[in-house]
Amino acid sequence: MHELSLAASAVELIEAAAVREGFSRVRRVRMEIGALSCVEPEALRFAFESAAAGSCAAGAALEFLVVAGEGRCSGCGATAELETVYDPCPACGAHPMQVLRGMEMRVKDLDVE
Amino acid sequence: MCTTCGCGGDGATLESHPHAHPYVPRKRSAVAVIPPAPDEVRRIEVEQDLLARNDAEAVANRKTLAQLGVFAINLVSSPGSGKTTLLVETLRRLAGEVPVAVIEGDQQTSRDADRIRAAGAPAIQVNTGKGCHLDARMVGQAMQRLPLQNGGLLLIENVGNLVCPAAFDLGEAHKVAILSVTEGEDKPLKYPDMFRAADLMLLNKCDLLPHLAFDADQAEAFARRVNPAIRIIRSSATHGSGMDEWIDWLRAGAAAARREAAAA
Repeated sequence: MHELSLAASAVELIEAAAVREGFSRVRRVRMEIGALSCVEPEALRFAFESAAAGSCAAGAALEFLVVAGEGRCSGCGATAELETVYDPCPACGAHPMQVLRGMEMRVKDLDVE
Repeated sequence: MCTTCGCGGDGATLESHPHAHPYVPRKRSAVAVIPPAPDEVRRIEVEQDLLARNDAEAVANRKTLAQLGVFAINLVSSPGSGKTTLLVETLRRLAGEVPVAVIEGDQQTSRDADRIRAAGAPAIQVNTGKGCHLDARMVGQAMQRLPLQNGGLLLIENVGNLVCPAAFDLGEAHKVAILSVTEGEDKPLKYPDMFRAADLMLLNKCDLLPHLAFDADQAEAFARRVNPAIRIIRSSATHGSGMDEWIDWLRAGAAAARREAAAA
């Protein structure tokens, strides 16, 4: 359940943004979560609800933007969608694919009032 | 950029604008120039990694360790892979030669730290409570309470868990994954993040291989499929096989850390 720590980090980032930007309530949080990252979105949603209680993000809707995995073959240079971090290159079969996208775990933006 | 008047972005200023209002310089400029009405919704670009603070604290730990000339290792595995037994045997072999300090991570109890102290090394137990991994802040705080010595080792035994510790940089030089032969050969495929993050894998409890159906070659092949660069040592902390290679690897790391601190 590292989602608990990640949710707590997200609330910290949001509270820091609230001080910086001068808002008091968050209506919606959008997070980018890579398909290859070690995050289970529904576990993160559950953890976020409790981590956000009592903060300016309490009750905010949490929306995930899932970033598909994409890699480049370190052998032939082909790029392809990745379902796991160790998928072989579909073009040449060589390992490893260098991950280009899909490891994201970030707070993208907030709708605030 | 000034959120009230818009000046200051990219070094631009507005002529004859005295800037009596306070503003915070910012990199991103997606904030409305006109302050919104109280109940108006506006969008704030954040674009910050959930691990940003952990990573910053890990960078600070790494810098401290580099200055001190300490070689730090983050040992990760499932519960029951033999980490603590391996550590105790490691301490025995390095006693009087390389100073070793240990951070023990567990959800509860100080049993592991007690075992390490009984083996003669300073140890701090971090109880993570409900947490499933050590984070960089916990390690930074524990480091302050340990006698870290130039040319020494800091061995961090993470919470037994092959999932969560993969994501949390502690400031270590290397993650070392321990897979015991009483587990499944396919653990590297089931938990690829951890085996991908590790630079070395110890295939431990190899003395039990004659009694098991475990295919050690297959386990190594799976680990290399996930991480082609991973170094693998077949070890038995209780019978001693592979321990010389492991200890030599630690010695070399500690010596390099000392050299680099002296050169800095």
